[in-house]
Amino acid sequence: MTGTRTAGPAGAPPVVRFEDVGLTYPGPPPVEALRPCRLTVRRGEYVTVVGPSGSGKSTFLNVAGLIDAPTAGRYLLDGIDTGALRDRDRTALRGQRIGFVFQSFHLLPHRSALENVLLAMVYNGVPRGQRAARARTALERVGLGHRTGHLPTRMSGGERQRVAVARALVAEPSLLLCDEPTGNLDTATAASVLELLDELHADGLTLLVITHDPQVAARGARTVAIRDGVLTEEAAP
Amino acid sequence: MRSLRRRRAGGAPDIPPSRLSARDLVSEALAGMLQRPARSALTGLGTVLGVGTFVAILGLTATASSQIDSRFNALTATEVGVRDTAGGADPQLARQVPNAFPRDADDRAGALNGVTAAGVFWPVPLGEAAAVRSAPVAGADGERIPVVAASPGMLRAAGLTLGSGRAYDSFHDGRAEQVAVVGRAVAARLGITTLESRPAVFVGGHPFTVVGIADGAERKPDLLLSVMVPRGAAERLWGPPDNAQRARMLVVTQLGAARQVAAELPLALRPDHPEWMAAEPPPDPRGLRSGVTSDLDQLFLLLAAICLVIGAVGIANTTLVAVLERTGEIGLRRALGARGRHITAQFLAESAAQGAVGGLVGTTLGTLTVVGVSALRDWTPVMSPLTVAAAPLIGLVTGVLAGLYPAWRASRTQPAEALRR
Ligand SMILES: Nc1ncnc2c1ncn2[C@@H]1O[C@H](COP(=O)(O)OP(=O)(O)OP(=O)(O)O)[C@@H](O)[C@H]1O
Ligand SMILES: [Mg+2]
Repeated sequence: MTGTRTAGPAGAPPVVRFEDVGLTYPGPPPVEALRPCRLTVRRGEYVTVVGPSGSGKSTFLNVAGLIDAPTAGRYLLDGIDTGALRDRDRTALRGQRIGFVFQSFHLLPHRSALENVLLAMVYNGVPRGQRAARARTALERVGLGHRTGHLPTRMSGGERQRVAVARALVAEPSLLLCDEPTGNLDTATAASVLELLDELHADGLTLLVITHDPQVAARGARTVAIRDGVLTEEAAP
Repeated sequence: MRSLRRRRAGGAPDIPPSRLSARDLVSEALAGMLQRPARSALTGLGTVLGVGTFVAILGLTATASSQIDSRFNALTATEVGVRDTAGGADPQLARQVPNAFPRDADDRAGALNGVTAAGVFWPVPLGEAAAVRSAPVAGADGERIPVVAASPGMLRAAGLTLGSGRAYDSFHDGRAEQVAVVGRAVAARLGITTLESRPAVFVGGHPFTVVGIADGAERKPDLLLSVMVPRGAAERLWGPPDNAQRARMLVVTQLGAARQVAAELPLALRPDHPEWMAAEPPPDPRGLRSGVTSDLDQLFLLLAAICLVIGAVGIANTTLVAVLERTGEIGLRRALGARGRHITAQFLAESAAQGAVGGLVGTTLGTLTVVGVSALRDWTPVMSPLTVAAAPLIGLVTGVLAGLYPAWRASRTQPAEALRR
């Protein structure tokens, strides 16, 4: 986030690398939610994933975010073969390298904005003394420096999603995964959150944004489509 | 920025494991408990009641038995009473053996190790007409003053202190001499002011020379309200004790010897019929302190245990509800790098904190109850430090046990499932 990542996407190292990655829910009946696919997302890229409801977008995101393990193929995150990892290491890698933004925010209602952001540093070894300052910086980054003490229940939807973005950023992940980040927001608020994502992209962050809204999809430099579990790269605009 | 290439050829990559420091665990648990204060308070009520009852019962028992302890002073600890039980259930034997204490009872008891004084006494059975007078003249209404036959040893055992004159001894007793010792108040009622004139009192017409006036009787103060005459004279003039009020013996021992002496007395006094002598040792101070004995206390402890179980079920229920309610939070924490065991630890710590707070509040209320009751009864509150220290721990353990299942459930929550909410 410090703007030092100047390497163009084409020559940058891959952050996400899917080698015939697929996922079949065991069922019964078994559901092939993600058919084996290949995909490379390089550092600094802004990739959007589109597809109708039930097409397998969240499944894809869960695999990319190390929440679900693929049932086929090899997934390399930052060059690490995640299939070979023990559960303990997958969890640690997830906490340290991936930031999540969810459609339903997933903020703790009884904790202030600052405390919600602090939570992202509890499990991955950030010393207690550094956490508050980092959380404040992250909140300032998303334009909420004046709202640190507010409870999420007293915030607008857009503000809540910004808190969630700050929480996803604060641990300095390699990859920011957003599942329908504007799904619960009205058009105006959605625009401001999308602008924030654009800024983060400009700062060099790697973004993978899931949406079913073509206008949101158009924000990305690259768009990938999923239909019935089949992932296809759309032609560059 | 972090190095992006950490993969090592052939080996596992170097990924620092997720961690949850003790401080973070405690603050997460407290935050979890405090975010719904009313619910936490209600949940903790069972533990509060259970631990509070437990502390109050043990405290009140300790306080009450320490009050008995303080009444159980050095005097009673060195006293053995012996009752004459010959013919207790057999009227014929009772008539045959009206006084089972042998003539030399004082000496026999005194010969035992640890005995400092021993004597036999009984109320002299005077008829209705017989009264105590200061002059031989009949007719005038006599004073109704009790007359007690007391062996010389009895005067010593009773701890008689003489204001003037002296006590009678075994010489007087053996010769059945008609001498008497009276209490100060009795002397005044009989008009005796000095012993120089060798005054006499007349008991049922028999003259007794007053040889001593007693000011105190430490162990048997009621003797001061009577006329004490030697055993020998009493037996010669009025015969053995009345069956309704048979003779008794008072034995004074050295400290710590009472129980042993009591065990030996019957055989020492009546080697032929030890069963006629019932020695009553002082109560065992250890017995007094042996805490919770009464049925009522045990009932209350049972109630306390039931309260604890109810408290545990309450905590288990609330924690389980919280786990289900907070599925999204669990998913989020997993996404942020929490391992299953971190989730377990968090919910377990929450229920443990719940139990511990309940235990602490319960201990406080229980202690206040003990202090309050003691104040009302003018008692000194006594509580074992162990009770006070253990009680919050009981709350803690209750909380941990109650949290086991919900915490296990929480750790089993699949992050993908949880985040779908
Ligand atoms: N745990 C599961 N077990 C079995 N099938 C599942 C499971 N989770 C998802 N599916 C199925 O996999 C397919 C893809 O689901 P997914 O949630 O990825 O869709 P999506 O594209 O995110 O849809 P939406 O836009 O509605 O969120 C769906 O048909 C869904 O029913
Ligand atoms: Mg979805």
